[in-house]
Amino acid sequence: MTATDWTPSTAPAQTSEGAQEMKPRSALGPRELMREVGSVLRLSEAEVAQLGDLPEDPDEDQTMIINMGPQHPSTHGVLRLMLELQGETVLRCKPIIGYLHTGMEKTGEQLTFMQGGTNVTRMDYLSPMANELAFSMATEQLLGIDGDIPERAVWMRMLLAELNRMSSHLLFMATNGMDLGAVSMMIYGWREREEVLRFFQKVTGLRMNHNFIRPGGLAADLPPGWRDDVLRLLDLIPERLEEYDILMTGQPIWRERLQGVGVITPDEAITLGACGPILRSTGVAWDLRRDMPYLRYDEMDFDVIVGSYGDAFDRYAIRLNEIRESMKIVRQILDRMPPGDYRIQDKKVTPPPRARIDESMEALIHHFKIFTEGFKVPEGEVYVGIESPRGEIGCYIVSDGSPTPYRMHMRAPSFANIQCLPHMMRGGLVADAVAVISSVDPVLGDVDR
Amino acid sequence: MGVIDDVLADGVGGLSHNAITGRLEDLIKWSRSRSSWPASFGLACCAIEMMATGAAHYDVSRFGMEVFRASPRQADIMIVAGRVSQKMAPVLRQVYDQMMEPKWVISMGVCASSGGMFNNYAIVQGVDQVVPVDVYAPGCPPTPETLIHAIETLHQKIEDGEIMRRRDETGAGAGLHVEEIAATSTPVLLGTK
Amino acid sequence: MSDDTTLATEDESSDAAVAYGCPLGDSHGQTVLHPNREQYVDVVKTLADDGYTMVVDLCGVDFLEYLNRPLPAGVDPERFEVVVNLLDITNRRRVRLRVQVPEDDAELPSLFDVHPGTEAYERETYDMFGVTFTDHPDMTRILMPEDWVGHPLRKDFEVGQIPVQFKGANS
Repeated sequence: MTATDWTPSTAPAQTSEGAQEMKPRSALGPRELMREVGSVLRLSEAEVAQLGDLPEDPDEDQTMIINMGPQHPSTHGVLRLMLELQGETVLRCKPIIGYLHTGMEKTGEQLTFMQGGTNVTRMDYLSPMANELAFSMATEQLLGIDGDIPERAVWMRMLLAELNRMSSHLLFMATNGMDLGAVSMMIYGWREREEVLRFFQKVTGLRMNHNFIRPGGLAADLPPGWRDDVLRLLDLIPERLEEYDILMTGQPIWRERLQGVGVITPDEAITLGACGPILRSTGVAWDLRRDMPYLRYDEMDFDVIVGSYGDAFDRYAIRLNEIRESMKIVRQILDRMPPGDYRIQDKKVTPPPRARIDESMEALIHHFKIFTEGFKVPEGEVYVGIESPRGEIGCYIVSDGSPTPYRMHMRAPSFANIQCLPHMMRGGLVADAVAVISSVDPVLGDVDR
Repeated sequence: MGVIDDVLADGVGGLSHNAITGRLEDLIKWSRSRSSWPASFGLACCAIEMMATGAAHYDVSRFGMEVFRASPRQADIMIVAGRVSQKMAPVLRQVYDQMMEPKWVISMGVCASSGGMFNNYAIVQGVDQVVPVDVYAPGCPPTPETLIHAIETLHQKIEDGEIMRRRDETGAGAGLHVEEIAATSTPVLLGTK
Repeated sequence: MSDDTTLATEDESSDAAVAYGCPLGDSHGQTVLHPNREQYVDVVKTLADDGYTMVVDLCGVDFLEYLNRPLPAGVDPERFEVVVNLLDITNRRRVRLRVQVPEDDAELPSLFDVHPGTEAYERETYDMFGVTFTDHPDMTRILMPEDWVGHPLRKDFEVGQIPVQFKGANS
């Protein structure tokens, strides 16, 4: 019995509830899956601009369409929302994006695979390592070397990815606090984030947009003394997280503002393509690190944090505890980091060490070829998805055998997460709209690319 | 010195031991430079570094710039932090026009200064095509030290009156370029914890 | 990634692998289906019944400069391809669909009725490539300004680079 043969009459169940029997997924349309399809305001910008001023004698029940953004302190970047309000209640909403569209996918077709990391890392600028990791893993699969990456390189990638998750979630704590009025949380979150950025600056040379994870491994080895720096981080942050629990988690005002706000059901989240903390807050325990493991996550011992109500408070609590889980993983990596190479020793892909260029003609030629023309990647197409702090970030590359990708497309988690906004905001107040945007934690660089 | 019986008898010179005189313009320029409020125009990655500059460690509040005003009517400096796309350029110009004189613009980062690494159809190649820029801060993103250096350069020029002079000359922004200061990795030691 | 053995059946007549009624390819261990335009929505519905309930990604590719790409037998290459990545959460597997879209008739049925989450992705594909999706609730540009002319990710749309002159060069 193949999937196409399934009909209710051939189902093994003997009971018959008639019209109440579960319909197959293909028979469910948007109206059944979403609580309210009418949450999305489908008017073009030109139409709204023509709506003009309110009439002389406004009706009590008249709804108002107002504009929020793109320049706004609480929209997490250049997100524009058109809200249809009745009084203070949000009825429908339309997110308008494109204010940060950078043409990165077009630029990606002009840059070689070695340079691609610089482009891709600026998409989700709060977790640059995740972007680079997705791109590098896709390139390595096309090259066929994804099974040959040295152990140390794999573990280093995991370490940097988890530290990036920590810094991204700390920034979420900071901005979430500020958006809800707890302005001192902004200062505390950034204070902790500075620690992680210091470590990144020591390892990669830059505080943000590192371009460190490259196809074949990483750009450089960990500097001596890195273990002490990471241990210092791990000693410092847990007690600060306890402070956040005192400041926010148990506090009545915080709970009032976040509990029951921005509720989304599991069906809605899945059908809208939302992953990450949004999906986990609804109760679906989906985390790519555990369910479709990459790097060495299958050897790590960590929990996947899951909420139950699908509201903004669950998303906040999930992210707070994910910082703790990431610290657990980092501690395990510290103990188990193997020695070895930080990049694959494949001459066609990895540039030679600088000292060898003076000695060997071959090394000089390889260096020249890799950095000017770029290494050629065999024909093919591949999609790789990994777990970024916002959900699944994926890289789809089509290669035609030349040194530059033919098509480079990043599946941005925030692009799908923004589709959830109208459904979360419906029926709430305008102040809750700010809380909802903040709990979704979009990064507009990712959305617009 | 000593007690003066009659101030009027001594003239204004009698006040010399308990008053300072100076020019009003100097006072105005001093206060403008010490209390210039930025309009938040954070767009992309540079906005994150701008927020880091406002945070505890780099603390731009000691230069009087902590209050990032959301409303351009209340702001003096517009720090364009990030890449400006085709769709965003009219919005940028509108926000700039809504600011009250005197107003200055700092172009933060290479994307705002020249288009940066994105030399393509989607990004305006330099925000000075849209608004007059006074200080360009390079970096991708500029470290908070570079941004503070740019801000302090601007403040210095405001205090000297240099910037208004250059404005009158060219009719456009002052166009000062600052050097990038590399990040340091000394640990952040706060308190005893 | 997917080694579901019930997926592929050998088609006796053409000696090619077929699954869900359309040619089956394999790309670095990833299952790729090649439905044609007519069977596209039905295949997606069947896959949804089979557990692939989440559309992870929907994007377009313009093969103007790479028309002779490798494709399984029975699939005629066209200029545009729309690539859909689906995810099955319960069984932890992925599948990819590649639909050929001709240049002169760049239309495809929309997946909005089956997966409402494709709304933004289809708008982006329209904006960047010019492929329209019929029965889409809001077929307008999403990333470029509404009055932009042209579709940026097409191969015949220029990157828009301006020549950069270095100050130190004496020219």
